[in-house]
Amino acid sequence: MANQGPAYYSPYPAATYDGVITPPEGKALLLTDVVDEEVAMREIAKVMLTSDNATIFPGPQVLYAWNEEAKKKATLIKEMAEVLNAKMIPMYDYRPKYPKIDPEVEINPNHPNLTIWHNDIKAAIFVGVHCHYANVALKIVRAETDCYTVAICGLSGHEDAMATLRDQHSHEMEKFIAIAKEVKAELGK
Amino acid sequence: MALDIYKINPEFRDIMPQEIIDLEEKATWSVKMEKARGIKELPQSKELLEEHSLCAGCPEAAALRYVLSALPVPEETVIVNSTGCTSLMFPHIALHTVHSLFGNQNAVASGIKRVLEWRFPDKQKDVVVLAGDGATVDIGLDYTLQSFFRQEKITTICFDNEVYANTGGQESGMTAKGQVFKMAPTGKKFEKVPMWELAKTSGCHYSVNLTASAPKQVAKVVREAILIAREIGPTYINLYTPCILEIGLSANEGLGEMKDQDKGRFEFYKHVSPEAEAYLAKCKEEGLL
Repeated sequence: MANQGPAYYSPYPAATYDGVITPPEGKALLLTDVVDEEVAMREIAKVMLTSDNATIFPGPQVLYAWNEEAKKKATLIKEMAEVLNAKMIPMYDYRPKYPKIDPEVEINPNHPNLTIWHNDIKAAIFVGVHCHYANVALKIVRAETDCYTVAICGLSGHEDAMATLRDQHSHEMEKFIAIAKEVKAELGK
Repeated sequence: MALDIYKINPEFRDIMPQEIIDLEEKATWSVKMEKARGIKELPQSKELLEEHSLCAGCPEAAALRYVLSALPVPEETVIVNSTGCTSLMFPHIALHTVHSLFGNQNAVASGIKRVLEWRFPDKQKDVVVLAGDGATVDIGLDYTLQSFFRQEKITTICFDNEVYANTGGQESGMTAKGQVFKMAPTGKKFEKVPMWELAKTSGCHYSVNLTASAPKQVAKVVREAILIAREIGPTYINLYTPCILEIGLSANEGLGEMKDQDKGRFEFYKHVSPEAEAYLAKCKEEGLL
């Protein structure tokens, strides 16, 4: 049996039931605390660099070259994965896969826990996933796994992730990568 | 929908599953085709329906594959569907699909079409309704007919399996008189609603009744209906896709049932208005058919 998450016994596995809400503009969310963006970026980099099987889950908004920003983000996410020594598993669309997904190589928002269990992922970044499916996936992961989830979101963030960076575009991602490089050097990873 | 949403960023190409790479490279997107898309490409190309969760041998699944292969420009098509067996397949289609409340599909489609015309005045966007007979002819009949009366430029395709199949087998308006189902033990008391004729008298410029036994014919009809809906007005296709479970057939007997009904309740019926007829001739000259 996989290790369950903090909301496992709750009938409502949603962070809002614990009073956690998305951070205000210019701030980030670390568990239940609203902190400065740089503080959160440093902590996220540390968690990703020190957790087993850290993985980035890029979603459709960055996997496909549908605009210039998406192309730029793709390059940055690839670099981010290299800096964080993280694997990448795509969430390439939201269709419920029949009869089942291959958890080795893909993640589906309707049962993201399968991929996390299978690969024993202890920290993961969700990036480029549309908000409504990020909300679904992060709640399931929160309840069903002990994975530390990070949402890098272009809009207002996700309270169901353990760490949330909001309003993240290519400029902010560059900043995160720079911080991650510093943390990596400090940790000697 | 811009086809760019299927262009994989090169940074992620190595981690994408083959079926998604195939969708970019081998699906018959209209912009990549030198001539009109069609059913003949099905065996070689990547289909827009990845998988489905319908019963083994369900004719509805085959019919949907024919319909998808015949869409003139899938990347610019929005499909509106309703609750029913078909709604189990729509989440698996690699196109924009909108799931409406049960019966509302033609009202929703009308709104979508009007907004698309306003939002993209220079682009041809097709709106196609795909729903079962319960949604189209029973509970949604008001919306279906209103969209015909109002001359909404949408195509309505009714997957007519003559029963509410996914709720256990209740009779619908499209059930044949006398038919007994598990949840209709005394038999249907009145005749099957001749929806294709109602469509004609309600203002449809193209109304067809047929079975899904002949893939080429289904594809031809779908293409004609969508082209007419673009320029002339509403079109309707009544497509027999029997529920093999509810009428006690095996997985391999669906095609036989459809062939039998080609000479029975679903004998080929086609109404084309004079304007639509002229437009089809023009489409043929332009190579769209």
